[in-house]
Amino acid sequence: MSGVQLKSVRKTYPNGAEAIRGVDMDIKSGEMIVFVGPSGCGKSTLLRMVAGLESISSGDISIGDRVINDVSPSERDVAMVFQNYALYPHMSVRGNMSYGLKNRKMDKAEIDKRVNDAATMLKIDQFLDRQPNQLSGGQRQRVAMGRAIVRDPQVFLFDEPLSNLDAKLRVQMRIEIKRLQRRMNVTSIYVTHDQTEAMTLADRLAVINDGRVEQMGAPMDLYNDPKTLFVASFIGAPQINLIPVRFDGIALSNGNLSLPGFKDLPKDADLVLGVRPDVLVETPDGQFEMRVDLVEQHGGENLVYGALTGATNEEGEDLELCLKASKETLPELDGKLTLGFDPATAFVFRKDTGERLI
Amino acid sequence: MTRSTLITHLILISGAIFMTLPVWVAFATSTHAPETILREGLQIIPGGHFFETYNEVLFVEGGVMKKVTATAMLKNSLILGIGFAVGKVIISMLAAYAIVYFRFRLAVPLFWIIFMTLLLPLEVRIIPSYKVVADLGLLDTHTGLIIPLIASATGTFFFRQFFRSVPDELLEAARLDGATSWGFFIDILVPLSKTMIAAILIIMFVVGWNQYLWPLIMTTKEENYTLVIGIKQIYQVLNEGGELPQFQKAFALTILATLPPVLVVLIFQNWFVKGLVESEK
Repeated sequence: MSGVQLKSVRKTYPNGAEAIRGVDMDIKSGEMIVFVGPSGCGKSTLLRMVAGLESISSGDISIGDRVINDVSPSERDVAMVFQNYALYPHMSVRGNMSYGLKNRKMDKAEIDKRVNDAATMLKIDQFLDRQPNQLSGGQRQRVAMGRAIVRDPQVFLFDEPLSNLDAKLRVQMRIEIKRLQRRMNVTSIYVTHDQTEAMTLADRLAVINDGRVEQMGAPMDLYNDPKTLFVASFIGAPQINLIPVRFDGIALSNGNLSLPGFKDLPKDADLVLGVRPDVLVETPDGQFEMRVDLVEQHGGENLVYGALTGATNEEGEDLELCLKASKETLPELDGKLTLGFDPATAFVFRKDTGERLI
Repeated sequence: MTRSTLITHLILISGAIFMTLPVWVAFATSTHAPETILREGLQIIPGGHFFETYNEVLFVEGGVMKKVTATAMLKNSLILGIGFAVGKVIISMLAAYAIVYFRFRLAVPLFWIIFMTLLLPLEVRIIPSYKVVADLGLLDTHTGLIIPLIASATGTFFFRQFFRSVPDELLEAARLDGATSWGFFIDILVPLSKTMIAAILIIMFVVGWNQYLWPLIMTTKEENYTLVIGIKQIYQVLNEGGELPQFQKAFALTILATLPPVLVVLIFQNWFVKGLVESEK
């Protein structure tokens, strides 16, 4: 097994569009890295550059000690699972799984052994002679993974492999992918836009925005210690509450709202206060007053949505606030709720640069 | 049956009769004796000379042409039809593969040039083609008959459209699986295009079978005549000869010439429809 290194990797398209604007990354052997970001941020492009399906404009990508910039995709020793599975429709499951090995002129007995082993591991051994169109979405997904596993590659690449599955199957496959990756201990890169998938699968998470890595680290580190406004707003569900504020020397303020307990902040800049829905608590002497307009009951917990009273955004619209509360919290609609938070658990960002100050 | 379905059926039935009646008249007339035809004109009821006429046309030397039998011409037509269809499929698949999957500078202009030749019928280039084939010494050969016809803009266009509908991920998966360009073509694209290939083979077989002008100027020896040329020749003989015109043989030859394309379409119609209708799997 070996790690993957990216050194100031860039991708510029012939029309001048920059997809990747300098990425440095050091992926350790056996690690599962998740690239997460909004659509169009370049995460898939970066993955495809590792796979060799996109050329590298500048910088180096190496697997182990070998720089693979100019190595053909099949010789990079990587295997990829595609979003739409990309199974060969006219080949049986066995044919799909063995095609890559046949092209490598592997011994037939060895191919059979590998295919059978992988099929047993993925519980698709009874489907080996079926065609892909006779399989369900989840089974196809397994075949696609089987095709990657039989290759015994140094790196697994997953390009949003679960986004075509229904919600229940997605959770199930997510767990299986994680187990499989643990068991095989193969360096993996996983691309997704789903932050739950990202949080649960990753050893380390790379939040990508506009062709750059915004922050990289363990999922909980990113959740607890986001370096930028973008990371804070992207990681965590429900999304963090963001309130535009200014600092007057003593407190953060917006309209009638005044939030003491902050210091050492610039007075001349627009700031954004970030408070996670789960650090908000209902308390009579809280800083926020919320007019409830929706309660989502998720079973174990309730999400209470409403408008923050006394403050507005630049356009003069109400600010939406979300509270994660116990299932017993069932406030009346249009009722008032007083919420408080510990300033130490909140984040403050500069609005212009997105940089985190506290 | 409601009134509207009745009307629909009436229209369809009269249309069907309109289309098939001439063929039937040709067949019925071919089973009569030459004297009957000369005396009474075209026949709508089959006569009693079926075996006699067809046997003479198919198997007796001098029965229809001076030397060759209809069987020999049938063979020539089959070689032309099959060679024409297979050649077109191979050439146009390779051309479409290059246009769709290989990035080279002139891919787009080249495609449009190929596409524009759709507008030019064979007749436009028939003299230069003849000259080329003659200089190569291929006149009166099957090779010379087939090769100049197999470049196909229609086929290239159909395959191009089909290849473009194949998801890119299949190519990418194959590349990661270590398939060469040739391997991807043979292992993935050709099997995926099966129904498309069948449809084009059938259309092109019929087109090739019905070729007239090119075989006419290409072949000078009787033994290289195709059925379609044979029909033309026999009508010419009818006008010249001093003997009793052999209309029944001319009609028999016509019927024989329509049979293979009809059979091909009937037998392969399922594939044919699938190939034209089916898009991506």
